[in-house]
Amino acid sequence: MASQPAFAPWTDPQAKPLIRFEAVSKRFGDFTAVDRVSLSIHKGEIFSLLGASGCGKTTLLRMLAGFETPSEGRIFIDGIDITNVPPYERPVNMMFQSYALFPHMTVEGNIAFGLKQDRLPKDVIAERTRAVLDLVQMGKFANRKPHQLSGGQRQRVALARALAKEPKVLLLDEPLGALDKKLREATQLELVNIQDRVGVTFVMVTHDQEEAMTMSSRIGVMNAGGIQQVGTPIDIYEYPESRFVADFIGAANMFEARVAGDRDGRLVVHCPELAHDLTIDHAAPLAAGTPVTVMVRPEKVAITRDMPAEGLNWAEGVVSDIAYLGDVSIFHVRLASGHKIEALQTNRRHTDEQKLTWDDKVYLGWHPANALVLTK
Amino acid sequence: MTGRFGRFLVGLPPYAWLALFFLVPFLIVLKISLSEPSAGAPPYLPLWEWDEAGNLAFHFNPANYGMLFGDDLYLSAYLNSIRIAGISTLACLALGYPAAYAIARAPLAWRQSLLLLVALPFWTSFLIRVYAWIGILKTEGMLNAVLLWAGVISEPLQILQTDLAVIIGMTYSYLPFMVLPLYATLEKMDLTLLEAAADLGCRPFKAFLAVTLPLSMPGVIAGSLLVFIPAVGEYVIPDLLGGPDTLMIGKVLWAEFFDNRDWPVASAVAIAMLVLLVAPIMIIQNARTKAEEKAEGRTGR
Repeated sequence: MASQPAFAPWTDPQAKPLIRFEAVSKRFGDFTAVDRVSLSIHKGEIFSLLGASGCGKTTLLRMLAGFETPSEGRIFIDGIDITNVPPYERPVNMMFQSYALFPHMTVEGNIAFGLKQDRLPKDVIAERTRAVLDLVQMGKFANRKPHQLSGGQRQRVALARALAKEPKVLLLDEPLGALDKKLREATQLELVNIQDRVGVTFVMVTHDQEEAMTMSSRIGVMNAGGIQQVGTPIDIYEYPESRFVADFIGAANMFEARVAGDRDGRLVVHCPELAHDLTIDHAAPLAAGTPVTVMVRPEKVAITRDMPAEGLNWAEGVVSDIAYLGDVSIFHVRLASGHKIEALQTNRRHTDEQKLTWDDKVYLGWHPANALVLTK
Repeated sequence: MTGRFGRFLVGLPPYAWLALFFLVPFLIVLKISLSEPSAGAPPYLPLWEWDEAGNLAFHFNPANYGMLFGDDLYLSAYLNSIRIAGISTLACLALGYPAAYAIARAPLAWRQSLLLLVALPFWTSFLIRVYAWIGILKTEGMLNAVLLWAGVISEPLQILQTDLAVIIGMTYSYLPFMVLPLYATLEKMDLTLLEAAADLGCRPFKAFLAVTLPLSMPGVIAGSLLVFIPAVGEYVIPDLLGGPDTLMIGKVLWAEFFDNRDWPVASAVAIAMLVLLVAPIMIIQNARTKAEEKAEGRTGR
C-alpha cells in the first residue's frame, strides 16, 4: 500500500468531482432537514455522511437517490444536472437500511430485477447475476427466498442487488446497522475490499463513527442540516475545525481559554481552570484576548506519578475515576479547579507495578504539538 | 399447564357455538338429504327406526342425489350461480382494489374515516338496501332517468329482473368484504420496496405490477373468497332484483323447501353445494395458511 500513490483526488484542483451538491436545501413544512449543503465527492471514494439521527444525512442521501427533491439547489452526477431526474433514470443504486429485498422473489430474482428493467438479454442477466452473487459469496443461495436467509446474508444480497447494475454511485444507508458487532466489523473491511475490486463510488450514511473511520476515504460530519467539516478520517479526528466536530468524534478534553500571546512561534493561552498557561504548536496567529477552546485527545495525555522534569503543558490532580476497558484504561483526573481531564493509557502488561488507583495524586502532561486551538 | 387450559377455555365458546349451530344443523341436513320424502310433518321419513322385532332398520334414499344429476335444472342453477358470483367477484375486485389502494395510501389521519365510509352501509338493513336498488334499476327508475336525460339511451333499458341487476346488487352488497382484506394487506406493505423498485430502474406502473400486486395476492384471495362464497348461495338479491328466469342455487333451494316441500331434495342440493364449492375452497385456504405460517415462522425467529 505504501508504494502506491495516495488516493486523494480531492486535493487536486483540476480533478472533476463525480458528485456535486450545489447549495442544496430541503425543507419539510417548517422544518429544514438539509440547509444549503455544498459538497463534492470524487470517483472511487468511500464517502461517509456521519451525524446523529435527525442531522439530515439520510435526507441528503435520499436526494441523491431521487426519492426526495431538493427545495433549493442543484445536484450533479458526472457533470449532468440530475436534480429533477426520477429515481428510475438515475445512474445510482441504493442499498437500503432495511435491505428492502422483494419477499416474493428468490435471491436470484431480486438481483436480476434491476437488470431486467434494462431489457438486457437473458444470458447477460444470468451471467451478471451469477457474478455479483459470487462477489458477495452468496452463489449457493440463489434459489432461496429472503425470509430463508440470516441478517448477514440478506445484507449481502442487498449489496449484490445494488451492485448488479454497475451504477456510477452506490448509496448505502446505514449498511451495517442491522448486524451484530462482530459481523459488522468483519463486514466493514469486506465492503471496502469489494469497493476496491468493483471501483464503484460509495456514498454512505452512518451514525457509527467507528464504521465511518474504518471505511471512508473522507467523512462529512453533519449537524442540524449542515455539513460541519469534510475531511479524511485523520483530518476529522486530529484536526477538527470546530468544537462540535472535536466533541462529536472520539473523546476530547476541552478547555475554555483566552490567547495570552506568542512565544517562540507558539501560541500561549491562559486557561482559568488550569494552574499554568498552555503552549500550542501550529496555531494561526491570534490577537491576545481572543477566546478559544483548547482540545487535547485523552490518548495524547501522559499520566505520571512524578512531576514532569520539563514540559510546557502540565497539570496536577487526583484520580477520581478509572474505566478499565481491557486493552486500555481511561483515567479521570480532577484538577484543583474541579475541572476533569481524561487520560488514556494502554495496558501493555498483565500487571503494572506502578498501578494507579483512586485518589492517587498524579501529573498530566502533553506535547504542544498534540493540542489544538479551536475558534469555532 | 394453566396457560394451555386458559387458552382452551377462551377457545371453547366459539367452537361450542359453531358445533351447536353449524355442525349439528349440518348433520341434520345431511341426514334429511338421505331420507325419503313423505307427505306428513316432518315431510320426510326417519332415516332409521326399530321395527317390531326390535331390529334396527335403515331407509337410505340416495336417489335425492341422483336427481341432482338427472334434472338439468340443478346443474344449470349451479353453473349460473357460479357464473354470476364469479362476475360479481371480479366486479368487486375491479372496484375494490383501487379503493383499498387509495385508502391505504391516504394520509394516516384520513384512513380511519375512509374505512368507516366503506363500512357505513352496514348500518342500514341489508334488505332495505337491496330494495332501494329496485327503485334505481327499474324501467322508470333513477338510472334510466339519468341515462335518458343525458341522451345516452333513447328508450329505458330493462335492467331490473335480469342477471345484470343481480350482478349489480351483489357487487354493491359485497364490495366492503373485498375492500377490507385488500386494505389490510396493502396497508401493511413496506413502501421502501417500491423505492427499491424505482431505484433499480422500474417505472411506477411496472413496479405496481411487479411488486405491489403480487404482494397483495393474499388480500385478493381473501376478499374474493369472502365475496364469492356467499354470492354463490345468495337468495335475497336474485329474488328481489332477478327475473323469473334468473336461475340460482339459492332460489332453487328455497323453491324445494317451501314450494315443493321436498326437504330431502332441498337438503341434497344444500349438501352438494357445500361439497362442490366450499370444500375445495377450504382446502386451498388451509394449504395457503400453512404455507404462510411456514414462511413467517422462518423469518420470525
